[in-house]
Amino acid sequence: MTDAPLQPAPPNEDWCRLHPLTPIARIGRLVPAFVLLLLISTVHSKAENGTAETDYLIAFTLLSAVYGYIHWMVTRWRFEGDTLRIETGLIRKDSRRLPLARIQAVDIVRPFLARLLGVSELRIRLAGSGGTDGKLAYLSEAQAAELRLVLLAGHVDAATAASSNTGLPMASVDTARLLASVFLSLVTMIVVGTVSALIVLDQFEPKTAAAAAAFLAVYLLSAAGVIWRRLSGQYAFIAVEAPEGVRIQRGLLQTISETVPYGRIQAVRQVEPLLWRPFGWCRLEVDVAGATGRNQRGEGTSVVRKALLPVGSQQDSWHLLARLLGGPDPERTAPPGRARLKAPLSFHFLSAGHDAAHAVCVTGRINRATTWVPLEKSQSIRRVQGPLQRPLGLATVHVDVAGKRARAEFRDRSIDEADQLVAELTALSRAARSGHGDAAPAAGRDAAPSGWYPDPAGRHEQRYWHEGRWTEHVANGGRRSADAPTPSP
Amino acid sequence: MRRAEVAVGSALLAALFGLIFWAAGGRWPGVISALVLLALGALTAWFLRRRVGAWRYQERNEDLLVARGVLVQRLSVVPYGRMQFVEVTAGPVERLFQLSTVKLHTAAAASDARIPGLERAEAARLRDRLTELGESMAAGM
Repeated sequence: MTDAPLQPAPPNEDWCRLHPLTPIARIGRLVPAFVLLLLISTVHSKAENGTAETDYLIAFTLLSAVYGYIHWMVTRWRFEGDTLRIETGLIRKDSRRLPLARIQAVDIVRPFLARLLGVSELRIRLAGSGGTDGKLAYLSEAQAAELRLVLLAGHVDAATAASSNTGLPMASVDTARLLASVFLSLVTMIVVGTVSALIVLDQFEPKTAAAAAAFLAVYLLSAAGVIWRRLSGQYAFIAVEAPEGVRIQRGLLQTISETVPYGRIQAVRQVEPLLWRPFGWCRLEVDVAGATGRNQRGEGTSVVRKALLPVGSQQDSWHLLARLLGGPDPERTAPPGRARLKAPLSFHFLSAGHDAAHAVCVTGRINRATTWVPLEKSQSIRRVQGPLQRPLGLATVHVDVAGKRARAEFRDRSIDEADQLVAELTALSRAARSGHGDAAPAAGRDAAPSGWYPDPAGRHEQRYWHEGRWTEHVANGGRRSADAPTPSP
Repeated sequence: MRRAEVAVGSALLAALFGLIFWAAGGRWPGVISALVLLALGALTAWFLRRRVGAWRYQERNEDLLVARGVLVQRLSVVPYGRMQFVEVTAGPVERLFQLSTVKLHTAAAASDARIPGLERAEAARLRDRLTELGESMAAGM
């Protein structure tokens, strides 16, 4: 039983086990805690003999190894017809059945130690807001990849799924740019500023500097942790086009391969922080419904914000956006000039617009954020008029989508326009909903009529949109020429 | 409903403080504090009245309109198809007046459509109608 060989991958219906190296890989999760404990114990036991702590530590390691081994022994999985069944637990039994038809996405996560051992963890996300998700940690790499294909075969053609492993790359982030972008973020600026201030202070008032350093050490360390996580989490970022969505691979020590399904995208946000703007960089985030995570009570579906592009040029961003949103960008208009009185700072970038499929709005002064919301996903539409807006004859229209944070705001429009917007958006989102059901990622694509629109790649003034795709016909100042729509980067 | 709450509350408070001040500092401070509290209560009641008066809802063919607010005016349009569930609550004071609150939940946290102070029968009717409409028009995420 202990040395049960790995079963050849499904679809046979035998019980399968996890990889025999699982217990060791699981201990890997505890390594950071161990290192911390070890550090603390050595610091504490400088004066005395520090053997007691190390003894505890060894005992703890052994204990968790034994636990890991038992866990491995009692965990098994198999296919039962159309469901994947995972059983685990010695004292508290846990048996899950994951219907293959409802599987939304399969992520492969490989922590550092697991990578060294050549194993990976499989996370299975289900559709709907049930909140149950399956986890198989750990499988051998080949087995994980194979199982992923089998699991996804339910709703994606096995052939396309197989080919998509080497799909079209949509965007990638090179290390230099990632480093620069993280350096140019607010957190790094604060850390660098504080540290240099401390060094300067040290020249004149060593005592005060030491006290301040001791006081700030915790904050600095946690800030450094944030920076490190950003760097290691987004390292070697690659977005690849797959039939079911955008597949993302990233990570320095722990590599994650996850999928953002087109149909579950609630909102897309492009953020351009002040410090990045001179370089023309931006960040793309998407809000995805039904991702891994617990359901908040009464909040319906859990929505998770994911980076689709941690840092990229406008070109990369446009490329991705065109794929995500399909149709041409809706035209945006600025609010009336009197809105400057109400929002003196943020007025500069404030604009919003919509077409038959999407609402788009720009907000923010320091971090310019552009949000696209598919009207098909709108949960409700609200008009709010505050006491400052009323004398100015202004009102704000919100298009809410699932989740706590995501929404498009038509901020500070004139009251007549706001009323008209409410009526229009309501009608449009109703049409978008009834027109396509829930599995319609291409909602926007077919909705836009053929014609000339601003070039999404930004190289030309206008580009012709015909039958749901960009054509090679472009126009500059009224003169037509030809240029392929989206060359692969 | 709220008005009743406020009226009862402020009257009680006025009596209580009046008695305390009477005991502590003689007749006049007691009377004055009671009057001030009564006036405050009346003011609040007036605000609440306007607030309740501004609270309107309209059932349309495919969505529910809820408008509310005096100082900050809000108008929500919630399509029936997006409703996750309908909640009917009645607090102790609400129960005393045979009233209840109907609340619509959607997947978005921000879209709050709450209609307080409905007669119990009307609340039940609205709940049933909303559930029925929600089921027939339910749309996926």
